[in-house]
Amino acid sequence: MNLDSLLPNLGEWLKGTGPESDVVISTRIRLARNLAHYPFAGRANLAQKTEIETRGRECLTQAQLPAPLPYVSVAALPTLDRQFLVERQLISRELANVLEGPRGVAFDERESVSVMVNEEDHLRLQVMRSGLALDEAWAEIDKLDDALEARLRFAFHEQFGYLTACPTNVGTGMRGSVMVHLPALGITKQIEKVFRALQKINLVVRGLYGEGSRASGDLYQISNQVTLGKSESRVLTEIREVIAMILQYERSARQVLIRERRQAEHDRVARALGTLGSATMITSEETMELLSAVRLGIHLQLVDNIPANLVNQLFIQTQSAHLQKLMGTVLDGEERNAARARYLRAKLRELDANSR
Amino acid sequence: MANICQRCHARPATVHLTDIVNKKKRELHLCEECAREQQLIPEGPGTSLNLQALVSLIMGQPTPEVDPGALICPTCGLQYAVFRAEGRFGCPDDYDAFRSVLEPLLERIHRGTQHTGKFPRHEARRQKLLAETEALRGELAAAVAAERYEEAARLRDRIRQKEGADES
Ligand SMILES: [Zn+2]
Repeated sequence: MNLDSLLPNLGEWLKGTGPESDVVISTRIRLARNLAHYPFAGRANLAQKTEIETRGRECLTQAQLPAPLPYVSVAALPTLDRQFLVERQLISRELANVLEGPRGVAFDERESVSVMVNEEDHLRLQVMRSGLALDEAWAEIDKLDDALEARLRFAFHEQFGYLTACPTNVGTGMRGSVMVHLPALGITKQIEKVFRALQKINLVVRGLYGEGSRASGDLYQISNQVTLGKSESRVLTEIREVIAMILQYERSARQVLIRERRQAEHDRVARALGTLGSATMITSEETMELLSAVRLGIHLQLVDNIPANLVNQLFIQTQSAHLQKLMGTVLDGEERNAARARYLRAKLRELDANSR
Repeated sequence: MANICQRCHARPATVHLTDIVNKKKRELHLCEECAREQQLIPEGPGTSLNLQALVSLIMGQPTPEVDPGALICPTCGLQYAVFRAEGRFGCPDDYDAFRSVLEPLLERIHRGTQHTGKFPRHEARRQKLLAETEALRGELAAAVAAERYEEAARLRDRIRQKEGADES
């Protein structure tokens, strides 16, 4: 598969649509599954991993699925392509850069369903949705799991549920995450308080690219920690309740901003657009910070000539691997910062020309 | 009747067991020490047989020994100490091999130790077989206690058959 064909697309999670999309970027549910009668991937030898990959791959091509899931061998991909798939949230950084041997990912054309093979667990199923859509995402991944289970025997224990390589995933093997954009809570310095409340109820907050990654651009992923002792539906209900609370906090913080410092916010958005449209060198971090201000400006109706999903487009296309694919060449750090600035200038000029 | 212990081949056999495998009679003659090691005779004085251990011996399963310090998964060879250091299991069987020490750990991580979510469909079928096997085991223990060895052998064959059906 030529991954370059994905480049102009936004993928399901960046469509910018769906319920509560003023705050919620996307919903993701992941299921960890392992084949019975094999060691876990971390302890499997080359022959076993090859066998697991073959069985997983065959199952993915033969199972009754709503959309085909073509398989890409990650082991065979150049580094840039692996990073590209990480940026699109189709594979983990571990599968891309840390793990070795036979491994890969199958995903659909819309990039809403993906299955990693030979990650920490033999199979990691994932379903993504724009906006807040936990029920839909669960219904889809539940069906995918059934379809795979019809052809594969998963390791299951009557007491411990689905068995996983790490005890933190055992039971349902399910991790539900909701990615939220919380700039107003950041500006009004309430974010720490909100996250302390989350930890008390066993939900985890992470940055955009998962475990250990720094929150940038005011984007946060909120997910469940518990997988044993609570059913999938109960865990999803708990996430939904917390997201409802966070939505309320973020929206009222936005109202406060508009009421009390409209002029200052307008200025911040105008400056962000100014920098994005005129910088000659810009890092990915700075781009994310500025795009966060622009996104907030759109939802506060401080700017009216920018379509909401342009922010998402700029956000994904200015990530390192995407940028290098766009430019068709490998770039070092400095070259990347210059190329990123060039791309942003061109895109914002295009927008200016269209709005006149 | 043999009079030397079949296990240590040294001491005189004083414990005599008869097992019937596939309608053929098999005799087992052990000295008291070896019988104790197999946990056929309970600790302390008295000669009453440990039925649980006897059933286990006939079924070919060792009586589980609880020694949390030196747990090793018989399938993949992972030691519990290595699991604790690396935080990752070696294979699905580790969950049973480490079960006794795992429960408190899972309780700390999840505040729960019993899965209450989705079941794979094949699992529902297995659960039914399991319940039936469990009932047969009860009958087997009763048959052994009443020294109805012919019946016990028949029951054991049925249990093995059911366990075989689960291996699919
Ligand atoms: Zn093992």
